[in-house]
Amino acid sequence: MAVCVAVIAKENYPLYIRSVPTQNELKFHYTVHTSLDVVEEKVSAVGKALADQRELYLGLLYPTEDYKVYGYVTNSKVKFVIVVDSSNTSLRDNEIRSMFRKLHNSFTDVMCNPFYNPGDAIQSRAFDSVVSGMMVQAC
Amino acid sequence: MADALFEFLHTEIVAHVYKEQAQRGDTEKERSSSLSALEGMGFRVGQGLIEKFTKDSPSFKDDLDIMKFVCKDFWTNVFRKQIDNLRTNHQGTYVLQDNKFALLTQISSGKQYLEEAPKFLAFSCGLLRGALSNLGLESVVTAEVSLMPACKFQVVIQKN
Repeated sequence: MAVCVAVIAKENYPLYIRSVPTQNELKFHYTVHTSLDVVEEKVSAVGKALADQRELYLGLLYPTEDYKVYGYVTNSKVKFVIVVDSSNTSLRDNEIRSMFRKLHNSFTDVMCNPFYNPGDAIQSRAFDSVVSGMMVQAC
Repeated sequence: MADALFEFLHTEIVAHVYKEQAQRGDTEKERSSSLSALEGMGFRVGQGLIEKFTKDSPSFKDDLDIMKFVCKDFWTNVFRKQIDNLRTNHQGTYVLQDNKFALLTQISSGKQYLEEAPKFLAFSCGLLRGALSNLGLESVVTAEVSLMPACKFQVVIQKN
């Protein structure tokens, strides 16, 4: 499903980033990096919007020729970005939602782990396997 | 059941931290450093807990919205009751009053153990500060007790 999954800290530095084809790794770093501007824009718009629109899921951030980029912001302002292949048209919005949900649940577990220091890069095997679960179906 | 366990654990942590410090240094320093040790523990716990509790809540409108969440949901989840009174001057200072604070109910009420109170409140101050910090509000939290099971937390948001 996903070709790249990234977690970005409140201060906009990466906590975790993983992509499928390793030769394109740098390209995904760029894609995720550029998406942060769109996230910022959406988050500040949400603040002004009506009460019922205050959702954590931000939806499609922007499409490129080959990929679609989706975003999600937790209440602690940690951003999740998922990059999906555009050719995969069967993927529906609520599937993306449930991926973010899973990612968020796993991230909370990481945060509640006493051996993890908030703000450090995520090196958790449990988190890794959740992310792998989202990516394997692409291969 | 679960809250009884937390209360016992909290009492033990306080006792342990003070015993450790007493074995080491002189009394003046020891007091403030044990308080900050407890505060630091609370901070980390607060950070983790707020991440869990805000998982299903919509994003917050403003600072007051965050404070309301902390007073209602966060406090209920941790201490089984809501904050009784929240006051603010709308300039970043909030006073949270709990008339029957869970961690002080075991101690006999009144003024007898008043000077022992700070060490049982340091953890909770940290808890508050950690929760707010993870939601993007850097703050200074102090606690105040004038009559035993009642307690006031003063939160001053640091503007940057």
